Amino acid sequence: MKNKEPSQQLIIEGAGCASCVGKIESAIQSTAGVVSAEMNFADRTVMVSGTAHANELIKAVESAGYNAKLLDNAKADQILDEKEAADWEYYKKLLRDTFIALSLGIPLMIYGLFIGEMTVVTTTERISWLIVGIATLGVMYFSGKHFYVGAWNSFKNHSANMDTLIAVGTGTAWIYSMVVVLSPDVLPFLARHVYFEATAMIIGLINLGLALELKARGKTSQAIKRLIGLQAKTAIVIRDNKEVEIGIEQVLENDVVKVKPGQKVPVDGEVVDGHTAIDESMLTGEPIPVEKNVSDQVVAGTLNKSGLILFRATRVGKDTALAQIINMVKKAQNSKPPIGRLADSISAYFVPAVMIISVLSALAWLNFGPEPAIAFATVSATTVLIIACPCALGLATPMSVMVGVGKAAEAGVLIRNGEALQTASKVTAMILDKTGTITEGAPKVTDIVLANATDEKSVLQLAASLENGSEHPLAEAILESAALKKIELLKIQSFKAITGQGVKARCEGKSLLFGNAKLMAEEDVDLTGFTGRAQSLAKEAKTPMYFAVDGELAAIIAVADPIKHDSISAIKRLQANGIKVIMLTGDNRETAAAVALKVGISEFYAEVLPEDKASKVKELQNLGEIVGMTGDGINDAPALALADVGFAIGTGTDVAIESADVTLMRGSLHGLADAIAVSKATLRNIKQNLFGAFIYNIAGIPVAAGVLYPVFGILLSPVIAGAAMAFSSLTVVSNANRLRLFKSRES
Amino acid sequence: MLIANIVGLATIALIIWWFWLYKPEAKNALKTDVEVIVKDGVYSPALINVPTGKPIQLRFTRLDESPCAEMLLIPELEISEQLLVNKETEIVLPALTIGEYKFHCQMNMYKGLIRAI
Repeated sequence: MKNKEPSQQLIIEGAGCASCVGKIESAIQSTAGVVSAEMNFADRTVMVSGTAHANELIKAVESAGYNAKLLDNAKADQILDEKEAADWEYYKKLLRDTFIALSLGIPLMIYGLFIGEMTVVTTTERISWLIVGIATLGVMYFSGKHFYVGAWNSFKNHSANMDTLIAVGTGTAWIYSMVVVLSPDVLPFLARHVYFEATAMIIGLINLGLALELKARGKTSQAIKRLIGLQAKTAIVIRDNKEVEIGIEQVLENDVVKVKPGQKVPVDGEVVDGHTAIDESMLTGEPIPVEKNVSDQVVAGTLNKSGLILFRATRVGKDTALAQIINMVKKAQNSKPPIGRLADSISAYFVPAVMIISVLSALAWLNFGPEPAIAFATVSATTVLIIACPCALGLATPMSVMVGVGKAAEAGVLIRNGEALQTASKVTAMILDKTGTITEGAPKVTDIVLANATDEKSVLQLAASLENGSEHPLAEAILESAALKKIELLKIQSFKAITGQGVKARCEGKSLLFGNAKLMAEEDVDLTGFTGRAQSLAKEAKTPMYFAVDGELAAIIAVADPIKHDSISAIKRLQANGIKVIMLTGDNRETAAAVALKVGISEFYAEVLPEDKASKVKELQNLGEIVGMTGDGINDAPALALADVGFAIGTGTDVAIESADVTLMRGSLHGLADAIAVSKATLRNIKQNLFGAFIYNIAGIPVAAGVLYPVFGILLSPVIAGAAMAFSSLTVVSNANRLRLFKSRES
Repeated sequence: MLIANIVGLATIALIIWWFWLYKPEAKNALKTDVEVIVKDGVYSPALINVPTGKPIQLRFTRLDESPCAEMLLIPELEISEQLLVNKETEIVLPALTIGEYKFHCQMNMYKGLIRAI
């Protein structure tokens, strides 16, 4: 029985002798919060129970002169490797089983088709077929044992699965054949036919199908493999003023980490020295490298392109954004959209239902079939059991979701679960928040219209110096613009802010005024010839402000929150998909109208308070729309939660993973269009799979039972049924794999 | 022929009773730490009784190489975990409220039930 204290397992490196055990154990035990520590020297692990933090434990081991890492951290990589190794072993085993079974099945089939009759008449035939029967039993044991054991175990548990069908089907064929061989007299003369080839072929073909399916399945998890592969293996950290290269599992919070150009960022952190450009495309789908300076955030798994940086680790191990993304994608890949539930409830009844159909089919042949009725009954019962494929039904949804969610993650779209995936594909109305979603969310100086001033630089210098003390949001835009142009700020005297109008001050003997038309009018500044220009700027969704020096208009400075460069094309993509796009904003009507016009949105609502955004969602839902809401996830939270699907726009690194149904890792609205496109493609794929699986079973089972026989004289051979069954699952997996070719972005 | 028909119909009745109507009783007493073996197409035990209001540890050991056994899903609890061959995978369930929670493989072929009582 396990200790009730929380426990964690560490892997110890560098413990070469058994005497290290005591040293390591006592080092860990002396850490506060540790209840017990037991080292397993054979596999170099320590099981520690207690509440101590893993970082503390690692430190304690290191202070004893060894290296340690938390077993959990190594998990993703390790699981993947072990899974691949196990799959490979199983694949080889399946191929070996296939080979054994087909080595007997194929020659027997060729004999039956071209050389002789598979009937038992003479004593020699009886002896020969007895030998074949025993050989078939060998095949059943060596190649098909797993079916029979599985079937028996399921049976004991009152459940039935694919193994049950195969075991009963092949078992029936073999037992019937053995009855023919051992006591032919109990059967009519015409019915003395053996079906050993069916048993061997079915076992061989189904093993082959499983092997190929296993191969194809491997490809469905490529996206997660790629994400796990993004993780760096080692990190260079600075400890005691020395650079040491350690495994990423050993990086602790607040460690200073060094990343050279061309290296991957090992953990999340904040730049403390240097500047560089970092390629974040692997996580966000954003192709252009992002500039990083001191105090900017860097994320594990991204690639340092140009400069050398030092950063302080803020999130390590399973807390990094990458680890959380991997975790979320894995979870979502295994969750099922509602569309898959029907197949699930059917598959729960499927196998026993097929067994019943098989018995009914046998009874129908016995009662109404031509002679030899018992042979026909056996063949049809076996074929019904073998052709039915519950796996195709069971695989239809999860395989597509696996590939679809992975594909979305590759495009920087994190889908929370199967339900979100399905609803996203059905969205009819998409509400977009303006600020930060359609626009950059950071106002910028867009125009400087000169009046009496001679150059933009001096205007900007004076205006920025003036705004230096102001807390107005527009002031920030002007200061940033000056900073970008490396303009030095001047000293300001007698600064005065006039509420609702602007600011005034003196600088280097000049009197400065900066504000709206009202301020200018009160200070008698002549605006003649410039008011028209200001109005036209306002119509372009910009906020114009007048700047006067010594009572004369020097310039108009316009500030605007620029529309993201690709918002227009992304909105077009959404509209082309038949989605009604609606804009909501807390901004004033004029700005909202101008932005809406520019991006091609005809329906918009301005001056909407955050709490009213949610009621707008409700309103649309009441009209029967399936509403998607896209916002930055902070002030839009109630609306995001109420919407049928909430899309949170992350800014690359700062991912609010748990907050929304769908998280867009990059700022671009193309992520939104991609999310819709990938969910539509996935749903289409699921439907194809489900349709294929249903049709296969609905058509296959009656044909196997012999419904075509009375009219066309067609009765399926169990061998054909075995082949069809083996390849039906493979078809489903291969179709799901087609999703991997899906290209989300418009070229 | 009559005998064949009777045998056939009896087989059908047996199938219905054995697979659909029979409700197995959980053998294990209420435990918060349960070991589950995944082997030859089944979970054993497949029916697990657990107490409500306490976190539950399920320790799955997968001895079944078939890829079908690879994933363990508990949809109601949004849990999906990869089970490694010949390894124990521990899954901690949050404190449950009274009810039944199905667990199964990705294709719903391996099935089990957690009953919180």
